[in-house]
Amino acid sequence: MALIETKQISRIYSMGDVEVKALDNVSFTIDKGEFVAIMGASGSGKSTTMNILGCLDSPTSGKYLLEGMDVSKMGRDELAAIRSKKLGFVFQGFNLLPRTSAIENVELPMLYSGMHARQRKNKALEALNLVGLAGREHHTPSQLSGGQQQRVAIGRALVNNAPIILADEPTGNLDSKTSVEIMELFVKLNAESNITIILVTHEPDIATYSRRLMKFSDGHLISDTTRGMQ
Amino acid sequence: MIDLPSTVKISFRALKVNKMRSLLTMLGIIIGVGAVIAMLAVGTGARQQIAEQIASMGSNLLIVMPGSTTSGGVRMGSGTQPTLSMADSEAIIREATSVAYAAPVLSGIAQIIYGGENWSTGIQGTTPSMLNVRDWNLSEGRPFTMEDVRNATKVCLLGQTVVDNLFGGIDPVGQSIRIKNIPFTVIGILEEKGQSPNGQDQDDTIYVPVTTAQKKLFGTSFPGMIRIIMIKAKGPEYMDQAETQLDELLRQRHHIQPGRDSDFSVRNLTQMMQTAEQSTAVMTLLLGAIASVSLLVGGIGIMNIMLVSVTERTREIGIRMAVGANTWDIRTQFLMEALALSLIGGVLGIAGGMTGAQAISAMAGWPTIVSPMSILLAFCFSALIGVFFGFYPAYKASLLDPIEALRYE
Ligand SMILES: Nc1ncnc2c1ncn2[C@@H]1O[C@H](COP(=O)(O)OP(=O)(O)OP(=O)(O)O)[C@@H](O)[C@H]1O
Ligand SMILES: [Mg+2]
Repeated sequence: MALIETKQISRIYSMGDVEVKALDNVSFTIDKGEFVAIMGASGSGKSTTMNILGCLDSPTSGKYLLEGMDVSKMGRDELAAIRSKKLGFVFQGFNLLPRTSAIENVELPMLYSGMHARQRKNKALEALNLVGLAGREHHTPSQLSGGQQQRVAIGRALVNNAPIILADEPTGNLDSKTSVEIMELFVKLNAESNITIILVTHEPDIATYSRRLMKFSDGHLISDTTRGMQ
Repeated sequence: MIDLPSTVKISFRALKVNKMRSLLTMLGIIIGVGAVIAMLAVGTGARQQIAEQIASMGSNLLIVMPGSTTSGGVRMGSGTQPTLSMADSEAIIREATSVAYAAPVLSGIAQIIYGGENWSTGIQGTTPSMLNVRDWNLSEGRPFTMEDVRNATKVCLLGQTVVDNLFGGIDPVGQSIRIKNIPFTVIGILEEKGQSPNGQDQDDTIYVPVTTAQKKLFGTSFPGMIRIIMIKAKGPEYMDQAETQLDELLRQRHHIQPGRDSDFSVRNLTQMMQTAEQSTAVMTLLLGAIASVSLLVGGIGIMNIMLVSVTERTREIGIRMAVGANTWDIRTQFLMEALALSLIGGVLGIAGGMTGAQAISAMAGWPTIVSPMSILLAFCFSALIGVFFGFYPAYKASLLDPIEALRYE
């Protein structure tokens, strides 16, 4: 059984009379432990795909199976529970809570999965350690560099032991040196913890970190290639 | 699902981010709760005072007063002409089975002198039953007896106010005072009672045997004339029956034809007092209701600020949803914030209201009582306000679309 399977999913935005087909009959599968890069022109439907895969949005039609469960028809709270258990997000704009320390930002997902305070703290420290931010626990986002903020966000994404991390242009706001560091962190998580990573990027350099590359154009999946082992 | 301590912690942190704003929002509740507490305290105090005054009048009281008389086709005003006599009073005791005590009263104002001091006060000529009717004890000395009434002896009982004005520290019992220049021996002192419900000083009085009042002090236009009869019924459940019995008995004794007006009237004093008490209760309720309007305004203030807060923190809500917060989590977080505002405001308001009540007591001299009930009420009410006015903003927050919330600038 594939970890992720989409069957002809479409996402149509209707604004008055105009209908925008952000996604049009897209089908693919992703197995556990894969590292997938998604590329495509602006407006091609990359973020729309990520939102659906991340259970933040539901497809207008088609089926999305996550670990064999059909999540395309689930309600708000069921989706929230799935996000809490199975998914970690890394955004281009970091999306950390302002005025809140790194450790508390990392603790956030555990707050909603009902973990005890003591355990929350230990796991958050562990995660910060893993992303290389030991000693920065009590810095707030405004006291951290962009790369460090993105590390906090990655720490937050993996702290609940989610099997999937979805990253929508995670290096879009970072310089090339920091981007490399962040990508190496993703590679490490993928290799060592067998976390499935799906990542949207505009930069071909960044895409080379993955073995599989999916290209979108105009709401269609136009190519899906996997390189051999290097 | 999020645990309660974390929810509380998050709420307090959010409130601390905008300290001034939180404080001003709370101020609405503080003023509202404070006003409710203070107004209820004023009302409760007034009610308690009236209840005490009513109790001091004696219980189950009826009063027979002269009514209008018709002489030669001219109807005289009610109560102007004396129509009651000692014989009426005695007949009541004999025949009205619902009556426990009846005391005739012939009263008037007179000047009294003791040594170099003088004082003008109401003199009540009555019988020993008066003390039973009024539930009045002596603080000193002895009451006069039926023997004194029969012999029209010149003895008197003094109210505390009279004692205070005539006797500077001297024991009055056994002393001789002059009423209308006639010497009377003081045989007892009435216990202090304070004000009556209509504001009269009940202690500014002198009791003498009714016969003495008739013969020596005020005179009578017919033998045995008295002014009113004070009556104590056997119990609260006998009041109506007593009223009927008095009416029938006196109409018969005064030979009043059916269909004609009585030349006397029977009043239920206790009922009149209770009416006064009830109107104070209504007053209290009214004051409380007016004060609650400001509480309502405070609640609207909370709702307003919570709505602003939800909009400001749309992105934060999106982040929380993305990492797994469900509808309930978001809703409780914002409800908790509203609740914290209203409850802290409520507690401060209770403290403020109690201080306010004390200030009113000190400045206006009104008795105020802050009852535990009103504190509980105010606390629960502010909690209710928090939940009620916090619900809509919290509900709105919980239904935000996660994607749009995350993109919100
Ligand atoms: N909320 C929305 N309402 C209406 N149309 C939308 C909405 N979100 C996305 N779209 C449309 O759907 C299409 C796909 O958008 P999407 O955000 O998936 O593009 P993208 O590939 O992520 O682009 P970019 O590289 O610029 O992030 C676009 O044409 C966009 O205008
Ligand atoms: Mg995008």
